[in-house]
Amino acid sequence: MHSKQSKWLWAAALFVYAFLYLPLIIVVVYSFNDSKLNAEWVGFTFKWYEILFNDAQMLTAARNTLLIGLVTSICATVLGTLAGLAMHKYKLRLLPLLVLTPIAIPEILMGVSLLIFFVMLNMTLGLVSVTLAHIAFCIGFVAIVVRSRLQGMDESLVEAARDLGATPVQAFRLVTMPLIMPGIIAGALMAFTLSIDDFVITFFTAGAGASTLPLQIYSMIRIAVTPEVNAISTLLMILTLCLILLASKLAPSALRAE
Amino acid sequence: MAKSNRLSKWLISGPPLLYLIIFFAIPSLIMAFAAFRFPGDYGGLLPLIAPNPETGASELLVNRENWRDYLTFENFGRFFDDSIYLELFIKSFWYAGITTLVCLVMAYPLAWLIARSPKKYRDLMILLVILPFWSNFLIRVYAWMIILGPQGYFTMAINQVLGLIGIGPIQLMFSHFAVIIVLVYVHLPFMVLPLYANLEKHDMALLDAAQDLGASGWQRFWKVTWPLSLPGVWAGAALVFIPALGMFAVPDLIGGTDGIMIGNLIKQQFLDSRDWPFGSVLSIMLTLAVLGLAGLAALIGRGGKRNAL
Repeated sequence: MHSKQSKWLWAAALFVYAFLYLPLIIVVVYSFNDSKLNAEWVGFTFKWYEILFNDAQMLTAARNTLLIGLVTSICATVLGTLAGLAMHKYKLRLLPLLVLTPIAIPEILMGVSLLIFFVMLNMTLGLVSVTLAHIAFCIGFVAIVVRSRLQGMDESLVEAARDLGATPVQAFRLVTMPLIMPGIIAGALMAFTLSIDDFVITFFTAGAGASTLPLQIYSMIRIAVTPEVNAISTLLMILTLCLILLASKLAPSALRAE
Repeated sequence: MAKSNRLSKWLISGPPLLYLIIFFAIPSLIMAFAAFRFPGDYGGLLPLIAPNPETGASELLVNRENWRDYLTFENFGRFFDDSIYLELFIKSFWYAGITTLVCLVMAYPLAWLIARSPKKYRDLMILLVILPFWSNFLIRVYAWMIILGPQGYFTMAINQVLGLIGIGPIQLMFSHFAVIIVLVYVHLPFMVLPLYANLEKHDMALLDAAQDLGASGWQRFWKVTWPLSLPGVWAGAALVFIPALGMFAVPDLIGGTDGIMIGNLIKQQFLDSRDWPFGSVLSIMLTLAVLGLAGLAALIGRGGKRNAL
């Protein structure tokens, strides 16, 4: 009875894992296919990667993506860490609401409201508007990771430091900070990943001023499915994979906070 | 002491609070206000402030007497006048609902298996669920464009099978089926994670007790596991349903003209027609729908918990 049941469960689980991975494997495999169509396997080639590295538009998009991601992760980590600390330490109403709602609502709502906001301020849509928008939606994710790290911390360590004569600032700098550091770094990596991956909010706030890799991919696959997209997709997947594995090493709870 | 405490509270919570007020709360309020405005001649919004032609100084155009020329309920009227908008909302709810249901059916056995696996494998099994979800959302949609495309092996295989029983070749892309399958694909981990978090905490002794009392496998599931897992089910349903409801890229790339959802209409109003007031009305309706659902889920979730106890 029991083994029959678990056999059925294993079959269902394997089906779901296959469902999750097969499409991505297909993208990776086709990125080495020597045919313009994503259909028949013709032969092995690196040419799509070569084309990619000579595509000026793609390189600009890659540079924009990394620049936005870098600035976003720095600013969102500072603000998100403060938000996480505040939410852990004090009973607040407005801050948790503002931190958590952007995560809970459909992304398109934040995208269009920021579009109206930036245009009403007469701001040129481009790198700056995208970065400001990315910081806004990343703060919440960093805050959650940092707060969960703080919740797992032993409060008595800070009290001991205070008993031994440390000022609140010293206690924070010498005790709390090092203890929550893995959470902060995980939050920063997460913000970076979310920023380089974001499509919807970038789509509305970028205008014609700044193309990013997701925007570039979107405009390419709207027209036609090309192997060049397979190549850039494969590279993006590898980059994200490395970042996430790094984050999960530093703070195993970081991924589950999502 | 109390004073310095208040100071540090503001020093810590002030910067993120200020940032989110400026870049989240205020834009949201502006959008809500925009729903009551008229569209400008070149799209966007009718200006409320304009330079006075005589003095050149900026002047507020709207005042107590003429506010009706600048503010209106017309946009909301338009939403309810033409049934196509409500129909599109219902269709989007239908898509998101089916997606949630399919995700639940696929995620439950997997989450259960992971929760019952030896501790040392659990983290790896969960990581394997999360990893594909961290690859770019567009890449995951694109992968299905390859699979469902007319030259894909999958489509050709299906059409060969259908050909054997005499049904002509079908097109998988740009169908309702395609939209649902991709929506399921991009949201599945959102369902597995909360279900796993819930199932992991169940006390297995309850199932043993049920077995001792003579309950069959199905009975044990329906009377013990399922009611206890309802909070996880509701959390997963909310995490899948809400983003699926506001989706615009999947219908755009996979759905064709037939498969559009609320998100496509909102995008179209903001970017193509540049009718921002009406786009704002649609966004507010979507927000209200999400808030209503969240409230409903919280209510049912609470009721479910009470029943389970």
